[in-house]
Amino acid sequence: MNTHAIVLDPTAEDRPAERERCLRPESLAGLTVGLLDISKPRGDVFLDRVEERISGLGARVKRYTKPTFTKPAPVDLRHEIATTCDAVIEALAD
Amino acid sequence: MNLAALEDDHEAMFDQGWTDGLPVVPPTEARVARMLEGTSRDAHEVVCLIPPNLAECSVEKVAVNAVLAGCRPEYLPVVLASVEAVCSDEFNMHGVLATTMSVGPILVVNGPLASQIGMNSGINVLGHGNRANSSIGRAVQLVVRNMGGGAPGGVDRATLGHMGKQGFCFAEDETGSPWTSLAEERGFGPDLSAVTAFCGEGPRLVVDQRSRSPESLTRMLADALLGAVSPRMVMGLDAMLVISPEHMSRYRDAGWNRTRFTEEISALLMVETDGIVFGAGGIEEGIPEGLAGITVPKFRPGGLLVVHAGGPAGLFSAVIGGWLNGPAGSEPVTREVIP
Repeated sequence: MNTHAIVLDPTAEDRPAERERCLRPESLAGLTVGLLDISKPRGDVFLDRVEERISGLGARVKRYTKPTFTKPAPVDLRHEIATTCDAVIEALAD
Repeated sequence: MNLAALEDDHEAMFDQGWTDGLPVVPPTEARVARMLEGTSRDAHEVVCLIPPNLAECSVEKVAVNAVLAGCRPEYLPVVLASVEAVCSDEFNMHGVLATTMSVGPILVVNGPLASQIGMNSGINVLGHGNRANSSIGRAVQLVVRNMGGGAPGGVDRATLGHMGKQGFCFAEDETGSPWTSLAEERGFGPDLSAVTAFCGEGPRLVVDQRSRSPESLTRMLADALLGAVSPRMVMGLDAMLVISPEHMSRYRDAGWNRTRFTEEISALLMVETDGIVFGAGGIEEGIPEGLAGITVPKFRPGGLLVVHAGGPAGLFSAVIGGWLNGPAGSEPVTREVIP
């Protein structure tokens, strides 16, 4: 049984906005796919191979790099990817 | 939040996700009002945005979390200054949470307020048992969790973590030190109270019960510091060295001040890169082979933070390894504590 009827909320009391996910493309042919390197070691090795594979599927590839993996991607970079690419693949690390 | 008459308040707050796993103090209106008496700041003043969700955080919200953590009202100014330091762009709390490395904010309090509010700078200084040390560090972590959304398993991705992430806050022993304090070193006068946030792992003991000269002890401390985080990491991380009173007596007796110590230990904290390149010594980890053949400092200039604290007996100090430093990582940040 509690001894305190009302306690104050320690959270930000916000609710995340829900957005529909984009549908997965049935084919990459003719689509522009962004490959985002987060600047961790060997991320480029992974993305080089991904570029080879999806280029072979007919996708146009655009490469992007975050300034540092320790911070979120800058707003301008996110905007550029969102407005120029149909899909994006982000390479994590190590 | 209204609690039903038969609801257990501790269980209800745990169910809400408001705790760090340990019981919290129910933040009733009366307790929060009392907590707010600990600061001259307006309850509705915005303190800062709390990462990772960048939630706007008022003085009142910090006070609610300080109640949860078990703080007394007189601790609130230190909690507020700590939240500001940890949530600054330079400290990069989002990255500190998101990294898989096992680091968290470590808070060092300097100035007259530390002893006025009963903080511990002596026996078991890096451990438990002092209400101010324990609850201030905990309150900061609860603000990040509850306001910013930075919970373990969510944005906090640490592979191992460490118990200091429950809250890691202590005071420097200034009265027993022959040296200037950490805050003075960082530009704050001795009459000011300040808190320094450093992103670090758990402390590692350095045992040296034989050294009687400052030269010998400095070599031992340098040996330990060369292994901070990884013997193969250089320049890219900082470290904190906590020197205990008995170790400090070696420097006091020899008349070494902080400047002399820094010069002497910096000369020893040099690494020949031949020994740490990829594959050296049969270890694949390291730095690129192209950097072989040179000698580099273990730490960047100013990258070693030195604090005096601990119990009066015991020939031990402690190394606290850092995380990535500089604009791409986390910078130590000091903020004045405003009563």
